[in-house]
Parts: sequence; structure tokens; C-alpha cells
Amino acid sequence: MFNNGEELLTICNKKNKKIYEVVLQKEMDQTGKPIEEIRNLMKENLNVMIESSTHALDKNIISVSGLIGGQANKVKKYIENNKTLCGDLINIAMARALSTSEVNASMGKIVAAPTAGASGILPSAIITTAEKFDLSKEEMINSLFTAAGIGEIVAKNATISGAYGGCQAECGVAAAMAAAAIVEMLGGSPEACLHAASISIVNILGLVCDPIAGLVEFPCAFRNASGVVNALTSADLALAGIESLIPFDEVVEAMYKVGKSLPDSLKETALGGLAVTQTGKDLKNKVL
Amino acid sequence: MKEYGVFDVLGPIMIGPSSSHTAGAARLGKIAKQIVGEDFVKATFLLHGSFAKTYKGHGTDKALVAGILGMDPSDERIKYSLEIAEKKGIVIQFHETDLGYEHPNSVKIIFENKEGDTFYIIGSSIGGGSILITDIDGTKVEFTGNLPTLILKYDDRKGSVSRISTILSSNSINIATMKVSREGKTATMVLEADSKINETVLKEISNIEHIFYIKAVNPIDKR
Repeated sequence: MFNNGEELLTICNKKNKKIYEVVLQKEMDQTGKPIEEIRNLMKENLNVMIESSTHALDKNIISVSGLIGGQANKVKKYIENNKTLCGDLINIAMARALSTSEVNASMGKIVAAPTAGASGILPSAIITTAEKFDLSKEEMINSLFTAAGIGEIVAKNATISGAYGGCQAECGVAAAMAAAAIVEMLGGSPEACLHAASISIVNILGLVCDPIAGLVEFPCAFRNASGVVNALTSADLALAGIESLIPFDEVVEAMYKVGKSLPDSLKETALGGLAVTQTGKDLKNKVL
Repeated sequence: MKEYGVFDVLGPIMIGPSSSHTAGAARLGKIAKQIVGEDFVKATFLLHGSFAKTYKGHGTDKALVAGILGMDPSDERIKYSLEIAEKKGIVIQFHETDLGYEHPNSVKIIFENKEGDTFYIIGSSIGGGSILITDIDGTKVEFTGNLPTLILKYDDRKGSVSRISTILSSNSINIATMKVSREGKTATMVLEADSKINETVLKEISNIEHIFYIKAVNPIDKR
């Protein structure tokens, strides 16, 4: 049993286990369910994630309100027809994150990770990593347990809700979960996983939640695209041996306090930020 | 501190775009349908707070209707629920309203049967796809539907609670929580159990002579 990052690391080190193994054991203890059943449920999650992050790549999926759509497809075509600046990996990762966001905004099926608004980041991160390193589905499932462990710690000690913590609590936490998952997939230590998670949150600390018309569409989809890039680069930094000066638990605490001190107008109410720009207000009047 | 499991942060599998405005709305509708139990020909939704302001963009309307048609929050037919209801001949109406004291994402659902009798449920979507039922046709309640839930109304008499709990324990059903309230001579009990409450148990309890309303709500789509 662990309540925070430090306790998680202690268990990993004492038992010489990876994060996903500790998280899986905790889930078995907590629910009394056998390992196969828990892994199968996670496999269902993975299957939905693969479908949602692929679905909008080759067709234009338009959101319920019509505010967003077709962006995943645009990026995919851009990769196919151009020499991109950031390379194929970063671009396909963004396309996959946009795909899930578009599926979500068009009333398609997704896995909240940790929320529906941030659901594009984790699937894209692990699928893109698994593709590059030719990793198996079982390894991807393992990585989802790593990610879940990070998410549980944040949920328990802070928040994963945009209404309470702003976008940093949704897309920031999703990126932290994804970064840790990638590092563990690629053989990094539990410490390196937590550094990757810390870096991801540090990078977007204070990010507000200011959706146009209150809908999970714009800027959510962009923040999923940038969120997966955040996860990938944070993972690379941690795998390079770079550490976050501030330990994970303190980063989470800082995120929580920043979230609480954000005004309500910047926490999912659509009363501040981009939502109340002239164009934001015009768009709202158009779609609602 | 609340304990979290892996599927609290990776899940639910749901139809987007919003866990509170879409998945929670579908769950709310489905639980309301279970409470009503019988067939209905019309459903009127009085939307409150954020539900009233953003229901079209979040597909809250489609999700609520999908729920009362019995669909789960992960059902891909949610998108088409309004058409499906129309095909089934169920009249659906939406009104923006102010329910007063309720949580920002709340709805009052008024069901009407062939005979024109009505029955209403008020509930809220409280975040992450979780919900709270707060009013069953005029009786204040508070339950989430995460556990098998038994709702009873009866003429308040001595020994009722003990008779009900004896039936449950003799069927190996453990009681997790129990709330009893009284208005006039009518007592309302909301009881949450650790395991499913089946038809046999329901029948046995409904044989207690002064119970005039009994309904079991079993959890949906929660892992």
C-alpha cells in the first residue's frame, strides 16, 4: 500500500519491483480480484484507447458543436506529404492525441485518462512509444498500471478535476502519468519514472481551464496534442538522467495549491481566459 | 483519505465528451429508469444549472435519453438515442429550469405512463461520471447507485427495520449503509448492500404487509 510517491519508491526498492508490479499488487489486495481479471479489464481500456487514437487519423471527425474536427487527419496528411520540422514521431503523437480528443468531442467511445477532457494524451504516448520500440501489448498494459499508479497518487493527494485544479490537473496529470509509463516501458528506474512525472507537471504548472462555451473541445484538443509532446520530452529528459530538483510529492502539492488559488473563472466555468475573448464569446453564441 | 483504484483514474470507458455532462447523465438516466421500473410513454427533463446551459454541446440530452432507454454510459448508440426514443414512440421534452438548492449538474425527470400517471426522480451528476439521486417522487433520498440499493416506503411500525434486515442477513446480504426517514406515518428506507439484491429477496421483503413501495437498483457499468 502506498499513499504518495515516496512510499511507492520505498516499496519498489525494498521489494526490487517495478511500479506497475506494485500498483497491480495493490489493486489485487484492494479488490480481492485475481490478476487475470484486473489485467483483462486494463486490456479492455487499451483496446478502446487504440481505437480512439486511430479513428480520426484518416477521416474527418467533427465535434457535436462543430467547433473542432479534422485536425488529426490534417496532421496525418502533413506527415505523409511533407518533411516535418519536429519529425514523424512527435507529429504522429500529436495526431493520435487529437484523434482521441475528436472522438470524444463527437460522442465516440474513449477511456477517461484521468478525465475525458485529457483522454488523448496517455493512449498516444504509449502507442507511439510501443510502435517505435516494437513493444508488445502486454508491455503496454503494464505501462497503463504504471500510469494509473501516478494518477492514484495525484487523485489522493491533490485533484484530477479541472473544476478544482484547472487544466494542469487534467492535461498536466495525464502527461505525468504518460511520462512515467513511457520511462518504465523503456527500462527506466522507478525514481526516473517519478522524475519524468514531476517534469511534466512542472512544465505546465498553473495551466488554466478555459473552454470555449464550456465545451470539451477548444482549447482541450490542442492541450492534448501539446500534452503528449510534454510527456514524450519529459520522459526523454528523465531517461537522459535528468532529475527534477523538487520531488514528485512536493510538485503534486504545489500543483494542488496553485489549483486552489486559481480563481473559479479559470476552472472549467468558461468565465475567463480564452472563453471570454471576443471571439470566444462570439463562438459561444453561435454554438449554444 | 479516499482510497483510489486503478480504474478510478483509468476509466470509465465512456462516450464523450464529458464524464459529468455525458457519462454521468447516462448513468443518472439509467438508474432513474430502474427506480421507475415500469413502461413509460413520455419523459420530461427539467435541466438545472450547467446542465441547462450546456446540454446541447455536451450531448447531455442524448445521454439522459439513452439512460432512460436502458443504455450504459459506454453505449455507442447514445448519439442516436433521440431518434431511437422517437421510433419507440416515447415523447421526450427538455426544459431549462431552476431547481433551486440542487448541485449545478442536476435534472428532474418526470416519467408519464399510458394512463397519464406521473412519477419523478431528481438527481445530480457530481463528477467523474458519478451521480447522486436526491429525490424520488417527493421523498428526499441520497444515494449514488454504486452499490446495490434498496428503496422502501412503508407505514411506520415497530420492528420493520429488524424484519427487513433479518431477511437480508438470512440471504447472506450484508448491509453497507441504511437511512430511514419519516414523513407523517410513511417511513422511507434507503439501504445499500454489498451484494446484488435479487428477485427472490425482493419478493420476500415485499411480503411484509405494510410495505407499499419497494425497488432495487443494481449498479451499472462500474468496475
